Amino acid sequence: MTELLGLSILELCYIVASITFILGLKMLSSPDKARRGNLIAGYGMGLAIFATIFFKEELTPDKWLNYTLILSGLIVGTVIGTRMALKVKMTAMPQMVSFFNGMGGACAGVISLVEFDHLRHNPNPETGMLIVILLGLIIGSVSFSGSMIAYGKLEGKIKDKALPGGQIINILLLLALFGLAIWMSFTGNLSPTLLYVLLAISLLYGVLFVMPIGGADMPVVISLLNSFTGMAAAFGGFLYGNQAMLTGGILVGSAGTILTVLMCTAMNRSLTNVIIGSFGGGSSSSAKSG
Amino acid sequence: MEEILSLFYDNREFIFLIIVSVFLGIEVISNVPAVLHTPLMSGANAIHGVVIIGSIIIMLQADPTNYYALILGLIAVVLGTLNVVGGFVVTNRMLEMFKKKSK
Repeated sequence: MTELLGLSILELCYIVASITFILGLKMLSSPDKARRGNLIAGYGMGLAIFATIFFKEELTPDKWLNYTLILSGLIVGTVIGTRMALKVKMTAMPQMVSFFNGMGGACAGVISLVEFDHLRHNPNPETGMLIVILLGLIIGSVSFSGSMIAYGKLEGKIKDKALPGGQIINILLLLALFGLAIWMSFTGNLSPTLLYVLLAISLLYGVLFVMPIGGADMPVVISLLNSFTGMAAAFGGFLYGNQAMLTGGILVGSAGTILTVLMCTAMNRSLTNVIIGSFGGGSSSSAKSG
Repeated sequence: MEEILSLFYDNREFIFLIIVSVFLGIEVISNVPAVLHTPLMSGANAIHGVVIIGSIIIMLQADPTNYYALILGLIAVVLGTLNVVGGFVVTNRMLEMFKKKSK
Protein backbone atom coordinates (compact mmCIF):
# COMPACT_ATOMS: atom_id res chain seq x y z
CA MET A 1 0.00 0.00 0.00
CA THR A 2 2.71 2.44 0.93
CA GLU A 3 4.59 1.41 -2.19
CA LEU A 4 1.59 2.36 -4.30
CA LEU A 5 1.42 5.70 -2.53
CA GLY A 6 5.10 6.29 -3.23
CA LEU A 7 4.68 5.47 -6.90
CA SER A 8 1.70 7.82 -7.14
CA ILE A 9 3.75 10.64 -5.67
CA LEU A 10 6.55 9.78 -8.10
CA GLU A 11 4.29 9.97 -11.14
CA LEU A 12 2.80 13.24 -9.89
CA CYS A 13 6.31 14.68 -9.58
CA TYR A 14 7.07 13.53 -13.13
CA ILE A 15 3.96 15.28 -14.42
CA VAL A 16 4.95 18.49 -12.64
CA ALA A 17 8.50 18.15 -14.00
CA SER A 18 7.21 17.68 -17.55
CA ILE A 19 5.08 20.81 -17.22
CA THR A 20 8.09 22.80 -16.00
CA PHE A 21 10.12 21.59 -18.99
CA ILE A 22 7.46 22.76 -21.43
CA LEU A 23 6.98 26.07 -19.60
CA GLY A 24 10.72 26.53 -19.30
CA LEU A 25 11.27 26.09 -23.03
CA LYS A 26 8.37 28.41 -23.78
CA MET A 27 9.70 31.14 -21.47
CA LEU A 28 13.25 30.69 -22.73
CA SER A 29 12.07 31.84 -26.12
CA SER A 30 10.89 35.27 -24.93
CA PRO A 31 13.51 37.79 -23.75
CA ASP A 32 11.92 39.06 -20.55
CA LYS A 33 10.89 35.66 -19.19
CA ALA A 34 13.91 33.64 -20.27
CA ARG A 35 15.75 33.66 -16.99
CA ARG A 36 12.71 32.67 -14.96
CA GLY A 37 12.00 29.91 -17.47
CA ASN A 38 15.45 28.47 -16.97
CA LEU A 39 15.00 28.47 -13.20
CA ILE A 40 11.57 26.85 -13.41
CA ALA A 41 12.88 24.02 -15.58
CA GLY A 42 15.78 23.66 -13.14
CA TYR A 43 13.44 23.26 -10.16
CA GLY A 44 11.40 20.72 -12.12
CA MET A 45 14.55 18.76 -12.86
CA GLY A 46 15.55 18.76 -9.19
CA LEU A 47 12.09 17.57 -8.24
CA ALA A 48 12.22 14.72 -10.78
CA ILE A 49 15.68 13.65 -9.59
CA PHE A 50 14.86 13.58 -5.87
CA ALA A 51 11.45 12.00 -6.42
CA THR A 52 13.19 9.20 -8.34
CA ILE A 53 15.69 8.64 -5.54
CA PHE A 54 13.09 8.51 -2.77
CA PHE A 55 9.99 7.04 -4.37
CA LYS A 56 11.09 4.80 -7.25
CA GLU A 57 12.10 1.85 -5.08
CA GLU A 58 11.41 1.06 -1.48
CA LEU A 59 14.25 2.24 0.70
CA THR A 60 15.93 -0.87 2.05
CA PRO A 61 19.00 -0.98 4.33
CA ASP A 62 20.79 -3.65 2.23
CA LYS A 63 21.13 -1.15 -0.59
CA TRP A 64 23.04 1.41 1.47
CA LEU A 65 25.95 1.16 -0.99
CA ASN A 66 23.71 2.10 -3.91
CA TYR A 67 22.33 5.15 -2.12
CA THR A 68 25.77 6.27 -0.97
CA LEU A 69 27.05 6.02 -4.53
CA ILE A 70 24.07 7.93 -5.96
CA LEU A 71 24.48 10.76 -3.47
CA SER A 72 28.24 10.95 -3.92
CA GLY A 73 27.80 10.93 -7.70
CA LEU A 74 25.31 13.78 -7.44
CA ILE A 75 27.59 15.78 -5.16
CA VAL A 76 30.71 15.25 -7.30
CA GLY A 77 28.80 16.15 -10.48
CA THR A 78 27.25 19.24 -8.89
CA VAL A 79 30.55 20.56 -7.53
CA ILE A 80 32.48 20.02 -10.77
CA GLY A 81 29.60 21.20 -12.97
CA THR A 82 29.02 24.40 -10.99
CA ARG A 83 32.71 25.24 -10.85
CA MET A 84 33.16 24.71 -14.58
CA ALA A 85 30.03 26.68 -15.44
CA LEU A 86 30.95 29.61 -13.17
CA LYS A 87 34.59 29.78 -14.20
CA VAL A 88 34.12 29.71 -17.95
CA LYS A 89 34.63 32.97 -19.82
CA MET A 90 31.61 34.51 -21.51
CA THR A 91 33.21 34.09 -24.90
CA ALA A 92 33.73 30.38 -24.27
CA MET A 93 30.04 29.66 -23.57
CA PRO A 94 29.25 27.72 -26.76
CA GLN A 95 32.00 25.16 -26.17
CA MET A 96 30.87 24.81 -22.57
CA VAL A 97 27.36 23.99 -23.77
CA SER A 98 28.88 21.49 -26.16
CA PHE A 99 30.88 19.91 -23.35
CA PHE A 100 27.82 19.50 -21.10
CA ASN A 101 25.87 18.18 -24.05
CA GLY A 102 28.56 15.56 -24.57
CA MET A 103 28.24 14.56 -20.91
CA GLY A 104 24.51 13.95 -21.41
CA GLY A 105 25.21 11.87 -24.51
CA ALA A 106 27.81 9.83 -22.64
CA CYS A 107 25.32 9.30 -19.80
CA ALA A 108 22.78 7.89 -22.28
CA GLY A 109 25.48 5.66 -23.81
CA VAL A 110 26.56 4.28 -20.44
CA ILE A 111 22.92 3.58 -19.50
CA SER A 112 22.60 1.54 -22.69
CA LEU A 113 25.77 -0.42 -21.84
CA VAL A 114 24.40 -1.39 -18.43
CA GLU A 115 20.95 -2.23 -19.76
CA PHE A 116 22.47 -4.40 -22.51
CA ASP A 117 24.26 -6.41 -19.85
CA HIS A 118 20.99 -6.56 -17.93
CA LEU A 119 19.19 -7.85 -21.03
CA ARG A 120 21.86 -10.51 -21.60
CA HIS A 121 21.09 -12.04 -18.24
CA ASN A 122 17.39 -12.03 -18.95
CA PRO A 123 16.12 -15.49 -19.97
CA ASN A 124 13.58 -13.87 -22.30
CA PRO A 125 15.26 -10.89 -23.94
CA GLU A 126 12.75 -8.70 -25.76
CA THR A 127 13.62 -7.51 -29.26
CA GLY A 128 11.93 -4.18 -28.62
CA MET A 129 14.12 -3.47 -25.63
CA LEU A 130 17.22 -4.44 -27.61
CA ILE A 131 16.34 -2.01 -30.42
CA VAL A 132 15.79 0.82 -27.93
CA ILE A 133 19.06 0.04 -26.14
CA LEU A 134 21.07 -0.06 -29.37
CA LEU A 135 19.54 3.20 -30.64
CA GLY A 136 20.27 4.88 -27.31
CA LEU A 137 23.87 3.68 -27.47
CA ILE A 138 24.42 4.82 -31.05
CA ILE A 139 22.86 8.27 -30.70
CA GLY A 140 24.34 8.89 -27.25
CA SER A 141 27.85 7.96 -28.37
CA VAL A 142 27.71 9.97 -31.60
CA SER A 143 26.51 12.92 -29.58
CA PHE A 144 29.29 12.45 -27.02
CA SER A 145 32.23 12.19 -29.42
CA GLY A 146 30.80 14.83 -31.77
CA SER A 147 30.30 17.29 -28.89
CA MET A 148 33.80 16.66 -27.59
CA ILE A 149 35.27 17.42 -31.02
CA ALA A 150 33.10 20.55 -31.27
CA TYR A 151 34.34 21.56 -27.81
CA GLY A 152 37.96 20.92 -28.79
CA LYS A 153 37.64 22.87 -32.01
CA LEU A 154 36.06 25.93 -30.41
CA GLU A 155 38.66 25.79 -27.65
CA GLY A 156 41.30 25.79 -30.40
CA LYS A 157 42.72 22.45 -29.32
CA ILE A 158 41.68 20.62 -32.47
CA LYS A 159 42.25 21.99 -35.95
CA ASP A 160 39.96 21.59 -38.95
CA LYS A 161 40.88 18.47 -40.80
CA ALA A 162 38.98 17.08 -43.73
CA LEU A 163 39.87 13.59 -44.85
CA PRO A 164 39.82 13.07 -48.60
CA GLY A 165 36.56 11.33 -49.39
CA GLY A 166 35.38 12.01 -45.86
CA GLN A 167 31.71 12.05 -46.81
CA ILE A 168 31.98 8.60 -48.41
CA ILE A 169 33.68 7.21 -45.31
CA ASN A 170 30.95 8.77 -43.16
CA ILE A 171 28.19 7.22 -45.26
CA LEU A 172 29.90 3.81 -45.12
CA LEU A 173 30.26 4.10 -41.34
CA LEU A 174 26.60 5.04 -41.02
CA LEU A 175 25.59 2.06 -43.14
CA ALA A 176 27.81 -0.25 -41.07
CA LEU A 177 26.33 1.20 -37.88
CA PHE A 178 22.72 0.66 -38.79
CA GLY A 179 23.42 -2.60 -40.64
CA LEU A 180 25.01 -4.06 -37.54
CA ALA A 181 22.29 -2.72 -35.22
CA ILE A 182 19.49 -4.10 -37.43
CA TRP A 183 21.28 -7.43 -37.78
CA MET A 184 21.74 -7.70 -34.00
CA SER A 185 18.08 -6.85 -33.44
CA PHE A 186 16.74 -9.35 -35.94
CA THR A 187 18.96 -12.25 -34.96
CA GLY A 188 18.71 -11.40 -31.26
CA ASN A 189 22.51 -11.53 -31.06
CA LEU A 190 23.57 -10.38 -27.59
CA SER A 191 27.33 -10.68 -27.96
CA PRO A 192 29.16 -7.99 -25.96
CA THR A 193 31.93 -7.92 -28.60
CA LEU A 194 29.44 -6.75 -31.21
CA LEU A 195 28.15 -4.14 -28.80
CA TYR A 196 31.65 -2.75 -28.32
CA VAL A 197 32.17 -2.74 -32.10
CA LEU A 198 28.94 -0.75 -32.37
CA LEU A 199 30.15 1.62 -29.66
CA ALA A 200 33.51 2.11 -31.41
CA ILE A 201 31.92 2.83 -34.79
CA SER A 202 29.47 5.29 -33.19
CA LEU A 203 32.27 7.19 -31.46
CA LEU A 204 34.31 7.26 -34.67
CA TYR A 205 31.34 8.47 -36.65
CA GLY A 206 30.75 11.33 -34.21
CA VAL A 207 34.39 12.41 -34.59
CA LEU A 208 34.42 12.23 -38.39
CA PHE A 209 31.03 13.92 -38.63
CA VAL A 210 32.12 17.08 -36.79
CA MET A 211 35.80 17.11 -37.85
CA PRO A 212 35.47 18.84 -41.25
CA ILE A 213 32.91 21.43 -40.14
CA GLY A 214 34.23 24.97 -39.91
CA GLY A 215 34.29 27.00 -36.69
CA ALA A 216 31.64 29.50 -37.77
CA ASP A 217 29.12 26.71 -38.31
CA MET A 218 29.87 25.10 -34.96
CA PRO A 219 26.88 26.53 -33.03
CA VAL A 220 24.57 24.93 -35.59
CA VAL A 221 26.30 21.58 -35.15
CA ILE A 222 26.16 21.87 -31.36
CA SER A 223 22.44 22.54 -31.61
CA LEU A 224 22.05 19.48 -33.83
CA LEU A 225 24.01 17.29 -31.41
CA ASN A 226 21.89 18.77 -28.63
CA SER A 227 18.76 17.45 -30.28
CA PHE A 228 20.53 14.09 -30.76
CA THR A 229 21.12 13.84 -27.03
CA GLY A 230 17.46 14.71 -26.50
CA MET A 231 16.53 11.73 -28.63
CA ALA A 232 18.95 9.51 -26.73
CA ALA A 233 17.29 10.62 -23.48
CA ALA A 234 13.91 9.81 -24.99
CA PHE A 235 15.07 6.28 -25.82
CA GLY A 236 16.04 5.97 -22.17
CA GLY A 237 12.51 7.03 -21.27
CA PHE A 238 11.13 4.36 -23.56
CA LEU A 239 13.39 1.79 -21.94
CA TYR A 240 12.21 2.53 -18.41
CA GLY A 241 8.65 3.49 -19.27
CA ASN A 242 9.46 6.87 -17.77
CA GLN A 243 7.29 9.75 -18.98
CA ALA A 244 9.46 12.55 -17.60
CA MET A 245 12.49 11.30 -19.55
CA LEU A 246 10.36 10.74 -22.61
CA THR A 247 8.71 14.16 -22.67
CA GLY A 248 11.92 15.97 -21.73
CA GLY A 249 13.92 14.09 -24.36
CA ILE A 250 11.41 14.39 -27.19
CA LEU A 251 10.78 18.08 -26.46
CA VAL A 252 14.48 18.84 -26.69
CA GLY A 253 14.78 16.55 -29.71
CA SER A 254 12.09 18.36 -31.69
CA ALA A 255 12.70 21.88 -30.35
CA GLY A 256 16.43 21.37 -30.90
CA THR A 257 15.90 20.29 -34.50
CA ILE A 258 13.75 23.33 -35.24
CA LEU A 259 16.23 25.56 -33.42
CA THR A 260 19.00 24.13 -35.60
CA VAL A 261 17.03 25.06 -38.71
CA LEU A 262 16.27 28.54 -37.30
CA MET A 263 19.94 29.10 -36.55
CA CYS A 264 20.83 28.10 -40.09
CA THR A 265 18.26 30.54 -41.48
CA ALA A 266 19.57 33.32 -39.23
CA MET A 267 23.07 32.68 -40.63
CA ASN A 268 21.70 32.47 -44.15
CA ARG A 269 22.90 28.90 -44.59
CA SER A 270 21.06 25.69 -45.33
CA LEU A 271 21.47 22.74 -43.00
CA THR A 272 22.64 20.43 -45.77
CA ASN A 273 25.19 23.04 -46.68
CA VAL A 274 26.54 23.12 -43.15
CA ILE A 275 26.82 19.36 -42.95
CA ILE A 276 27.74 18.30 -46.48
CA GLY A 277 29.14 21.44 -48.07
CA SER A 278 31.53 21.94 -45.19
CA PHE A 279 34.73 21.22 -47.11
CA GLY A 280 35.04 24.45 -49.01
CA GLY A 281 34.05 26.51 -46.00
CA GLY A 282 33.51 29.58 -48.19
CA SER A 283 31.04 27.92 -50.51
CA SER A 284 28.14 29.24 -48.50
CA SER A 285 27.05 31.61 -51.23
CA SER A 286 25.68 28.67 -53.17
CA ALA A 287 23.33 27.81 -50.30
CA LYS A 288 19.85 27.14 -51.46
CA SER A 289 17.42 29.75 -50.25
CA GLY A 290 14.70 27.14 -49.64
CA MET B 1 7.72 -8.94 -37.64
CA GLU B 2 4.96 -9.91 -35.26
CA GLU B 3 7.19 -8.93 -32.39
CA ILE B 4 7.74 -5.47 -33.85
CA LEU B 5 4.02 -4.98 -34.43
CA SER B 6 3.25 -6.02 -30.88
CA LEU B 7 5.91 -3.55 -29.77
CA PHE B 8 3.79 -0.82 -31.33
CA TYR B 9 0.69 -2.16 -29.64
CA ASP B 10 2.29 -2.42 -26.21
CA ASN B 11 3.68 1.09 -26.42
CA ARG B 12 0.83 2.87 -28.15
CA GLU B 13 0.41 5.40 -25.35
CA PHE B 14 4.08 6.29 -25.53
CA ILE B 15 3.88 6.63 -29.28
CA PHE B 16 0.99 9.09 -28.95
CA LEU B 17 2.94 10.98 -26.30
CA ILE B 18 5.96 11.13 -28.62
CA ILE B 19 3.93 12.49 -31.53
CA VAL B 20 2.26 15.16 -29.40
CA SER B 21 5.58 16.11 -27.77
CA VAL B 22 7.28 16.49 -31.15
CA PHE B 23 4.69 19.01 -32.29
CA LEU B 24 4.67 20.70 -28.89
CA GLY B 25 8.44 21.14 -29.02
CA ILE B 26 8.20 22.73 -32.45
CA GLU B 27 5.31 25.02 -31.45
CA VAL B 28 6.79 26.15 -28.17
CA ILE B 29 9.98 27.64 -29.58
CA SER B 30 8.84 28.69 -33.03
CA ASN B 31 8.80 32.43 -32.19
CA VAL B 32 12.24 32.67 -30.62
CA PRO B 33 14.21 35.82 -31.57
CA ALA B 34 17.71 35.27 -32.95
CA VAL B 35 19.42 36.77 -29.86
CA LEU B 36 17.98 34.00 -27.73
CA HIS B 37 19.19 31.13 -29.95
CA THR B 38 22.25 30.31 -27.88
CA PRO B 39 20.57 30.58 -24.42
CA LEU B 40 17.67 28.47 -25.69
CA MET B 41 20.09 25.86 -26.99
CA SER B 42 21.81 25.88 -23.63
CA GLY B 43 18.51 25.61 -21.74
CA ALA B 44 17.37 22.72 -23.92
CA ASN B 45 20.76 21.13 -23.28
CA ALA B 46 20.10 21.27 -19.54
CA ILE B 47 16.61 19.80 -19.98
CA HIS B 48 17.82 16.71 -21.82
CA GLY B 49 19.95 16.10 -18.76
CA VAL B 50 16.75 14.41 -17.56
CA VAL B 51 18.55 11.30 -18.83
CA ILE B 52 20.12 11.28 -15.36
CA ILE B 53 16.89 9.70 -14.07
CA GLY B 54 17.80 6.60 -16.08
CA SER B 55 21.17 6.38 -14.37
CA ILE B 56 19.55 6.77 -10.93
CA ILE B 57 17.11 3.96 -11.79
CA ILE B 58 20.08 1.75 -12.74
CA MET B 59 21.71 2.47 -9.39
CA LEU B 60 18.48 1.84 -7.47
CA GLN B 61 17.81 -1.48 -9.16
CA ALA B 62 21.37 -2.77 -9.28
CA ASP B 63 22.23 -5.65 -7.01
CA PRO B 64 24.74 -4.36 -4.40
CA THR B 65 27.18 -7.06 -5.59
CA ASN B 66 26.85 -6.26 -9.30
CA TYR B 67 29.92 -4.07 -9.59
CA TYR B 68 29.67 -3.68 -13.36
CA ALA B 69 26.28 -1.96 -13.03
CA LEU B 70 27.30 -0.03 -9.90
CA ILE B 71 30.49 1.41 -11.38
CA LEU B 72 28.99 2.27 -14.77
CA GLY B 73 25.87 3.58 -13.02
CA LEU B 74 27.99 5.85 -10.82
CA ILE B 75 29.81 7.17 -13.89
CA ALA B 76 26.45 7.80 -15.55
CA VAL B 77 25.15 9.67 -12.47
CA VAL B 78 28.21 11.94 -12.46
CA LEU B 79 27.95 12.58 -16.22
CA GLY B 80 24.23 13.26 -15.98
CA THR B 81 24.67 15.65 -13.04
CA LEU B 82 27.34 17.54 -14.96
CA ASN B 83 24.87 17.92 -17.81
CA VAL B 84 22.01 19.10 -15.59
CA VAL B 85 23.86 21.38 -13.18
CA GLY B 86 26.35 22.74 -15.69
CA GLY B 87 23.60 23.26 -18.23
CA PHE B 88 21.33 25.28 -15.96
CA VAL B 89 24.14 27.35 -14.44
CA VAL B 90 25.64 28.20 -17.84
CA THR B 91 22.22 29.18 -19.19
CA ASN B 92 21.62 31.38 -16.17
CA ARG B 93 24.94 33.13 -16.67
CA MET B 94 24.20 33.72 -20.34
CA LEU B 95 20.81 35.22 -19.55
CA GLU B 96 22.34 37.41 -16.84
CA MET B 97 24.62 38.88 -19.47
CA PHE B 98 21.68 39.32 -21.78
CA LYS B 99 19.79 41.29 -19.15
CA LYS B 100 22.69 43.68 -18.57
CA LYS B 101 23.08 44.24 -22.28
CA SER B 102 19.44 45.12 -22.80
CA LYS B 103 19.51 47.78 -20.09
